[in-house]
Amino acid sequence: MLALIIRRIMQLVFLLFGISFLVFSSMYIAPGNPAAIIGGPTATAEDIAAIEENLGLDDPFLVQYARYVSNAVQGDFGYSYQTSQPVADAIAVRFPNTLKLAIASMIVAVVIGIITGLVSALKQNSLLDISATTFALAGISIPNFWLGALLILVFSVNLQWLPVGGMTNPFYTVAGIKELILPAITLGTGSAAMIARMTRSSMLEVIRADYVRTARAKGVKEKNVIWIHTLKNAMIPIITVIGLNFGFLLGGTIITEKVFAINGVGRLMIDAIAARDFPMVQGSVLLVATLFVVVNLLVDIIYTYIDPRIKFD
Amino acid sequence: MALAETVALKEKKREKYIITTIRRLFKNKLAVAGLIIVILQILMAIFAPAITVHDPIKQNLASSELPMFSAGHWLGTDNYGRDVWSRIVYGARISLVVGLIAVSLGLIGGVLLGMLAGYYPKLDAVIMRFVDLLFSFPGILLAMLIIAILGTSLVNVAIAISIWSIPTCARIVRGSVLSIKEKEYIMAMRSMGASDLRIMARHILPNAAAPIIVFATMRMATAILSTASLSYLGLGAQPPTPEWGAMISQGQDFMWTSPHLTIVPGIAIMLTVFAFNVLGDGLRDALDPNMDIQQ
Repeated sequence: MLALIIRRIMQLVFLLFGISFLVFSSMYIAPGNPAAIIGGPTATAEDIAAIEENLGLDDPFLVQYARYVSNAVQGDFGYSYQTSQPVADAIAVRFPNTLKLAIASMIVAVVIGIITGLVSALKQNSLLDISATTFALAGISIPNFWLGALLILVFSVNLQWLPVGGMTNPFYTVAGIKELILPAITLGTGSAAMIARMTRSSMLEVIRADYVRTARAKGVKEKNVIWIHTLKNAMIPIITVIGLNFGFLLGGTIITEKVFAINGVGRLMIDAIAARDFPMVQGSVLLVATLFVVVNLLVDIIYTYIDPRIKFD
Repeated sequence: MALAETVALKEKKREKYIITTIRRLFKNKLAVAGLIIVILQILMAIFAPAITVHDPIKQNLASSELPMFSAGHWLGTDNYGRDVWSRIVYGARISLVVGLIAVSLGLIGGVLLGMLAGYYPKLDAVIMRFVDLLFSFPGILLAMLIIAILGTSLVNVAIAISIWSIPTCARIVRGSVLSIKEKEYIMAMRSMGASDLRIMARHILPNAAAPIIVFATMRMATAILSTASLSYLGLGAQPPTPEWGAMISQGQDFMWTSPHLTIVPGIAIMLTVFAFNVLGDGLRDALDPNMDIQQ
């Protein structure tokens, strides 16, 4: 188990190098001279040359990349072209909101998804099953930014139960929880639908397996058949979907943050792309991609716990 | 003679498979509903000028924010007095065209990489590591990174979504190629001196078509949803282009007074994405030979 984790971490390090190289070279080949962006419209050719020399932008590509990586591992992602603020500081201020949103949405997705999928599988072809399947189909087709707008319309504008947007209060306060409800439902619904579909099909497959029939024949209580014999074995594909959905959720936070005017990394990224603020784009993309691969690693490790037959050779 | 008989038998089998697949697809009510919606959308997009009266981008401030079922504007007008029905119809054209371009480009890249990786073991590791690298980014993030390089426009959105589609398509195709290339008829073709290109294009690709068709149908749903999402974020279609996601973004500012500006384009996106999803689901079931046994 430990050897597996070490091997996967080593692979992760190489992958992170690959990600950083791809992100850095993407920004390098992007049109627009960073020195001219920093200098502004009034900068002369001499000013631009001075900025280039000062920031090392006239160095060869690989030298620039090596410097970027060596600074990045020390937590220095450069300075914003727009605000001159350190990128790491700007991200650090906004990251808690993004993480809060992603985790809250994941909780919504897992709880709703697994319960819906379980009920649907255990009551196959019933009205409950049809309703759950319809929810799952609608959930994967609904644009989350539109769902967010509708929820605001109903719960904030008409009923005035929940705030329209923003995320300024700590999550453990009533106001903080109220701020999280609509964004978490908005972002979590699509994933809940995917998890529900996978839970249903996985449970239906396992529930017909010979060993489940044997357990029933031996007189094991139905509750134990479901929770001990069926669910644990049905969990492997479900966890795959949950792991994959964390990436979907991280991507989704970008959109949800815009709908609910949340000051997170996603909004920072959109503003940075619009302003061609390359260090900010690099830093935020790197952070989200790193989080994504780390979560995937954790999912792989959880697999081996659930199914010790998995060895990842 | 024996070879000709085998080829004829194979052709007959293929014809039978296609007929059975179509029959199975038409038995699935949800998939048929999806197919009807997709056909209607395509007709709507093609005959847009014939089924609309108003110009989708022409402003008429004298009749701004008209509610639904107003005279001459059954879906109302937006804050610039533009007819919402016309914008929805022309929006269908944009969504379908961008989706089609994105999926086609993604298929070309994915099929090419998947075929090479599956057929040539020496290329496999290099290509698949590159694919793994692309998989390290959540899809929308990869699209945004590409838009950051290329700039904001609908064409760039199509390119970004196509690049995002490449890794998934490459994996699907590689898997199929790996299993097909070990089949006896491929070995027979090889021993008869057929070139690699001929084997790949004439014998492997048609046999790997089923998962590719399902992927392309499902990907249309993702591409349309992603185009709308990116336009909503201001990274795709720019005003006054009648794109559904951009329409929701603009309509959100008037949600208090004219909620239909947000609701109507959302329904259009949801219906289209739903249609492609259920059609993809139906195709997957219909193309799966095991379905008959399961049923």
